[in-house]
Amino acid sequence: MKYIDEYRDAEAARKFADAIARITTKPWTIMEICGGQTHAIVKFGIDELLPDKITLLHGPGCPVCVTPLELIDKALDIAARPDVIFTSFGDMLRVPGSNADLLSVKAAGGDVRMVYSPLDALKLAQQNPDKQVVFFAVGFETTAPANAMAVYQAAQQGIKNFSILVSHVLVPPAVEAILSSSTNRVQAFLAAGHVCVVVGFEEYVPLAKKYGVPFVVTGFEPVDILQGIYMAVRQLEEGRAEVENQYVRAVRRQGNLSAQQIIREVFEVVPRKWRGIGSIPQSGLGLRAAYAEYDAEKRFGLGELTVEEPPECISGLVLQGVKKPNQCPVFGTLCTPEHPLGATMVSSEGACAAYYRYRREEVVGLQSSVFSREIQVASQQLVVGEGEK
Amino acid sequence: MADFTLTCPIPIAQYPQVLLAHGSGGKLMHNLIEKMIGPAFSNPLLDSRHDGAVFPLNGKLAFTTDSYVVHPLFFPGGDIGRLAVHGTVNDLAMCGARPLYLSAGFILEEGLPMATLWQIVQSMRAAADAAGVQIVTGDTKVVDRGKGDGLFINTAGIGIIEHDHVIAPASVRPGDVLLLNGDIGRHGIAIMAVREGLEFESAIESDTAPLNGVVLKLLDAGVDVHCLRDCTRGGVASTLVEIAEAARARIDIRESAIPVREDVRGACEMLGLDPLYVANEGRFAAFVAPEDADRALAILREFDDSAAIIGQVYDDVPGRVTMKSRIGASRIVDMLSGEQLPRIC
Repeated sequence: MKYIDEYRDAEAARKFADAIARITTKPWTIMEICGGQTHAIVKFGIDELLPDKITLLHGPGCPVCVTPLELIDKALDIAARPDVIFTSFGDMLRVPGSNADLLSVKAAGGDVRMVYSPLDALKLAQQNPDKQVVFFAVGFETTAPANAMAVYQAAQQGIKNFSILVSHVLVPPAVEAILSSSTNRVQAFLAAGHVCVVVGFEEYVPLAKKYGVPFVVTGFEPVDILQGIYMAVRQLEEGRAEVENQYVRAVRRQGNLSAQQIIREVFEVVPRKWRGIGSIPQSGLGLRAAYAEYDAEKRFGLGELTVEEPPECISGLVLQGVKKPNQCPVFGTLCTPEHPLGATMVSSEGACAAYYRYRREEVVGLQSSVFSREIQVASQQLVVGEGEK
Repeated sequence: MADFTLTCPIPIAQYPQVLLAHGSGGKLMHNLIEKMIGPAFSNPLLDSRHDGAVFPLNGKLAFTTDSYVVHPLFFPGGDIGRLAVHGTVNDLAMCGARPLYLSAGFILEEGLPMATLWQIVQSMRAAADAAGVQIVTGDTKVVDRGKGDGLFINTAGIGIIEHDHVIAPASVRPGDVLLLNGDIGRHGIAIMAVREGLEFESAIESDTAPLNGVVLKLLDAGVDVHCLRDCTRGGVASTLVEIAEAARARIDIRESAIPVREDVRGACEMLGLDPLYVANEGRFAAFVAPEDADRALAILREFDDSAAIIGQVYDDVPGRVTMKSRIGASRIVDMLSGEQLPRIC
C-alpha cells in the first residue's frame, strides 16, 4: 500500500538504525510527544533497533490520557440524561471517570454513540431535533479544525440542539512545561507530525532556541520514526538545536492556513488542566464568547467538580517522561486495561496500554519462527527451554 | 427440493409482516412452518414432522451450538442465514468432524417483513446444500416489537468423526507449523462498512464460507493435523492466544507472512484497527506436524491461493503469542480487553 509499505520496510528501517548506531557517541534522551508514535515504537519494536545509548521517553501527547477526570465525570453526567444523545470518538468510551465510563453509562440506558467525525454528530442533531446532541471535543491541534467546523456550521445553519464538551489542549505549552521542569531529562523532541500538518512548526523555533533542544517534526511509521531519531541524534552530536522536518511529505512550515483560520474563528487560547500533570497556562482551547451557546458545560449548567485520582497511579509522571510505564508498582497487577487506574492504561495512544499490550515481559531474543524450507530443519533442531527473559 | 420455490409461499399481501400470532401455536404458526420453513428445508428427517429428528449414527460424534445476532441482517458477501449455517458447520469442521445435521431456532421480532424472513430461509437452505448438511429440526418464536433485532437464529449441529486424530489445543506440540487458510479481516470490515456507512471503491465482501470441505481434504490426505480453530470474533490474534494458553505453548507468528488484502488493510489503516483482531467467518488456523506443513499448504491453496504458513510453536514460554514485526523486532500479541475502538487522531 502506497505511503505505508515503504515506511514499514525492514531494510530501510535497518539502514536508519545502523546510521543511528554509527553517529551515536554519547548517551541521549529523546522524547516522542505523540502517543501514536509511542504505540508505533512499542508495536514495531523500534526501540529494540536502537543503540543502548539512546533512551526514548514517552510524552504527554495522548488526548484521552490528559483529559481531566472532572471533565470525564461531566461527560458521564450529561450522557446519562434522558434527552441527550452523547457522541464521542471511540477511544474516549472506555476511559474511566471517578466511578464509571461512557460504555457503562450506555449499558445503563444512556444514548451514547461513537462517531468518526464531529460533523456526524452535527448530522445527528439535525436528524433528532427533539434531542440535545453533545459531542465530546477532545484532542490536540489535530482534531480542533473539524471540531471548530462543526460548531461553525451549527451556528451558520442555526442548529440549536448541538453543543460540544471541550477539552482541547495544545502541544507547545506542554513541551515548555516539560522543558522548564526541574526533573526534565529530555534532550531532544520528536514533534508530532500530524499536529504540525495543522499548525506548522514555527512555534517550536523559539523553544529550541530558549532551551537549546533540537526538535524534529516526525511521522508515524517505523521508518519515519527512525529517521526522526537519526536527525535528532545528528543535531545532538553536532551540538545544534534547530527545528527540522522529517515529515516533509505532509508538513509545511506554515501548516494548514485554512485549518488555523477556522480554529481561530471558533476557539481562543485558555488555561487548561491536564490529567496527571496539572494546570498549564495558555495550554488549551475554549469556545469564544460568540460561540458560547455551543458550550455543553454552560448549556447543562455543570458547576466545578473536584475529584481525586487513585493515589497509586503514576500516570502524571509517565506523561511527563519521568517514569516508564513498567516502573509503576501497580503496572499489570492492580492496573490493567480491564481495571485501569489511569487513562494511560486505556487509550490506544496511552503509554501504559502500549507496554501492557505489546511488552508485558521482554520477548526480545526468544526463538523465532522459521519458514517454508527452514521448517524441516527446525523440527529436528528445535532448541528448547531458553526460558522467559 | 420438490417444494422449494423462489416465491414466498405465505401470501405476503395477507401477512406482509411477522405477527405475534406467527409464534402462538395456532393456524398462522402452522402455516409459517408448513408452507414456508418446512418445505424450504425439506428432507426426510424434517418431513416426518416429529418433535425431534430420529436417526442412527455410529462412532465418535461432535456436537456444537451457536447463536447469530448480526446487524445488519444482510451485508456484502452474506446474510445472517448463511452465517448461521456456516458458523455451526465450521465449528464441527474444527473438531475434525464431517457435519451432518443442523437444528435451526428462529427468534423473530414482531413486524419483521415476511419477505426478509423468506430470503433468509432460502439463503440457509442454499448454504446447507453447499455445505452438504441437512436442517432436520427447528423452532420458531416471535417476540414483541422492540424486543429483538429483527431476527435471531440459533443453530446446533452434529457431525461424525471418521479418523483417529485428536484435534484439540492439547494436541499442539513444539515444532508444529501454523497455517492460515487465507487473507484475514474481510468479514469484520464488511459489517463495519455497512454499519458505519463507509464506502470503498469496491465493496469489501465477507469471507463467510463453509470450511468442512477443506478440513476433510486435509484429513483425507493424511496430514497430521493437531489443532484447528476458526478465527471468528476477536480475529486471528484472540484465536491464537486462546490456543497458546490451552496448549501451554508459545506461538510465534511473522507479521509479514499474514495475508491481508490491500482494500482491507486500507480500511483498517483508515479506521485505526488492527486486522489481527478483526472478525473472519471463513478463516481458520491449522496446527500441523512440521513434516506435513508443505503438503497442508498445497491443499489449503487449492481452496484459496492466499493461504500461508504464518508461524510455529515453541515451548519456551507457556501461554504466549509473539510476533516478529515487519521491521524485525518481537512483541507480544494479546487479546483485547474489549472491542477495538477507533483512535482519536
